[in-house]
Amino acid sequence: MEGGGAVSDVMTQDAGTDVQQMNMIQAINSAMDVMMERDPTVVVMGEDVGFFGGVFRATAGLQQKYGKNRVFDTPITECGIIGVAVGMGAYGLRPVPEIQFADYIYPALDQLVSEAGRLRYRSAGEFIAPMTVRSPFGGGIFGGQTHSQSPEGIFTHCSGIKTVIPSTPYDAKGLLIAAIEDNDPTIFFEPKRIYNGPFDGEYDTPATSWAGHADAQVPTGYYRIPLGKARIARAGGALTILCYGTMVHVVEHTVAMLGLDAEIVDLRSLVPLDIETIEASVKKTGRCLIVHEATRTSGFGAELLAQVQERCFHYLEAPIERVTGFDTPYPHSLEWAYFPGPVRIREAINKIMKD
Amino acid sequence: MTDPHDSAGLQGKAGHNLPPLRLHVPEPPARPGESADFTHFDIPAADAAPRPDETAQPATMRDMAYGLVRVLDENGAAVGQWNPNLPSETLLRMLRTMALTRAFDARMFRAQRQGKTSFYMKSTGEEAVSIGAALALDRDDMCFPSYRQQGILIARDWPIIDMMNQIYSNKGDRLKGRQLPIMYSARDAGFFSISGNLTTQYPQAVGWAMASAARGDTRIAATWCGEGSTAEGDFHSACTFASVYRAPVIMNIVNNQWAISSFSGFAGAEATTFAARAVGYGIAGLRVDGNDVLAVYAATRWAADRARANAGPTLIEHFTYRVEGHSTSDDPSAYRSAEESSLWPLGDPIARLKQHCIALGIWDEDRHAAMDKELAELVRDAAREAEKNGILGHGLHHPMESMFEDVFEEMPRHLKEQQQQMLDEWKAAGL
Repeated sequence: MEGGGAVSDVMTQDAGTDVQQMNMIQAINSAMDVMMERDPTVVVMGEDVGFFGGVFRATAGLQQKYGKNRVFDTPITECGIIGVAVGMGAYGLRPVPEIQFADYIYPALDQLVSEAGRLRYRSAGEFIAPMTVRSPFGGGIFGGQTHSQSPEGIFTHCSGIKTVIPSTPYDAKGLLIAAIEDNDPTIFFEPKRIYNGPFDGEYDTPATSWAGHADAQVPTGYYRIPLGKARIARAGGALTILCYGTMVHVVEHTVAMLGLDAEIVDLRSLVPLDIETIEASVKKTGRCLIVHEATRTSGFGAELLAQVQERCFHYLEAPIERVTGFDTPYPHSLEWAYFPGPVRIREAINKIMKD
Repeated sequence: MTDPHDSAGLQGKAGHNLPPLRLHVPEPPARPGESADFTHFDIPAADAAPRPDETAQPATMRDMAYGLVRVLDENGAAVGQWNPNLPSETLLRMLRTMALTRAFDARMFRAQRQGKTSFYMKSTGEEAVSIGAALALDRDDMCFPSYRQQGILIARDWPIIDMMNQIYSNKGDRLKGRQLPIMYSARDAGFFSISGNLTTQYPQAVGWAMASAARGDTRIAATWCGEGSTAEGDFHSACTFASVYRAPVIMNIVNNQWAISSFSGFAGAEATTFAARAVGYGIAGLRVDGNDVLAVYAATRWAADRARANAGPTLIEHFTYRVEGHSTSDDPSAYRSAEESSLWPLGDPIARLKQHCIALGIWDEDRHAAMDKELAELVRDAAREAEKNGILGHGLHHPMESMFEDVFEEMPRHLKEQQQQMLDEWKAAGL
């Protein structure tokens, strides 16, 4: 396990838990399985999640195991799915709704932003929305403009919502368990490009699987990774790179190619944000690159850039750079020109390191 | 002939000899200065509506969505199959609760005009919709109200001084001054936090009801929205979910004819009834005289019994009239005929129940006048008491730093920093 190692973040873990090789889908499935076993109020709902087990198979087997009262298909109305989840939360359940693609989450925005995100506040704690909204997000799968988007910045902009994005099977399970246990609404974006294997951004080379990857060794039982704690994916001194989701792997690959001693910070959670880890890293390296797949303007990178500037200005040796998706819809045929791949990341690193 | 508005040059093209298309933009029957005319309303006799069995299949009772469930006739007699035959004490409790709600509204409206708060919304003329339903439901059934169902809280004996504290956003406000006046939340009264965003409570109520059913509970949910906001997507999502899972929920549409200045035609009233929305979803639909508290009670009881029998949801349209403005922020004389409320053919809900009680010999004018006086004093005294906790904008609010509480269960670092920054800035400014 590269610098920082995920296992050290384990807060709580069942004694004597077996460890298995899992891809990210299996790890997410295992998280829901563990939580449904432990907590009878956990319910899973969404389009195609029941008998079929989800279009990405993330809920496979759960309905057979826990019954239709706890795992059920829903009508195709994202507004309805989240609105119903708010009501179930008010009743005392702990819903884990799935939005089939993050690109489809917009009809649910009012229920997420105005209802789930503000319910605790507006009722002074009388009612809460302890839901975890799972949704595959991000591109790199030739999904076109309706199966590729990264809308995390829309949610980080709104009060009362946590936004969590894993980059490994191990993190996916531990973070999802923490999100389900959390009493606040959490958007859990799953980078679908790395469901079945890490992706280094070299789109014309054969896909790799999670087999043999250290972070694909996942305990079969209960463990949690706290929300709001970043992971140092690679320790280094030359440059800090802030990233999350699929981009962690693309950045790791690019840094390895360059032979650069960069520190790669996998944020894991955007709200709450582990600003301490970010600040300490940038003060150490004096240089900062931010990489995300989402569009640039008002993207989460802008917030990161502002906070690093506020806290680390006198430590910076070079301007902070961003490598992001462009401010266009996600193009189908030009996907690899849009995707912030190794070429674009390398150019930005060279620019930062030149100063 | 050249049409000056035809800038795109679309008209009169060769081969286009079809009549021009016309856009229909609805217009209410009467605007300010014009006479109101309700003669086109088809109001069936009070005993005309049949009462289906509570477990009837929706397809067998579609006519109910186009008729009108009534109980009180023009003489104040309770008639027909829907007569709930309530005991005198319940009738008098209904009367008093409606009168208290009206007195409360009058007092709080005046408080807003006196500058003691920012906003208020009266339910004048619609008291029966909330109170008839609240008394027909069990106390632990969960209500997901809209913003004009203050009658539910009053019917459930939630302290009116707590309601006033909320309206004044003062230091006694249980919601810590975070919500616009009248956006109550009262978990102990089975009253869900009012949003202000329209009809978001509909799918939430269905979700609560689904949870209750999934857990083998016996409690049901009820929700309310206005006729205008049936146009929201949430309404239709909720109806779909309610139908699909046969959720134990009562979905009420308060058709008070007006959505601020938009008459019900902008929500589709020219084409059909609002209860008829139920037909397309295959759920039971009832259309009820919303100014007849006995009819509201009977319909709600029918729907509640249906839900408890696992026979599914009910959509109820309460046909009523919004006597006052939408809120303290609009003047209805600017957009509708001033004659409408006095000519409303279904009368006033309090006057009608009063007439009924007098006809039964359990009430009289003197007692009614004494009750009104007593209730006016009761709300006046409660308001004075609430004002000791402060009125809006006069300093007696929750402490500034409380602004940052309850965003999350535990305050994250960024909010702690912003909280500290605010306090530091005020301190530096010498405040």
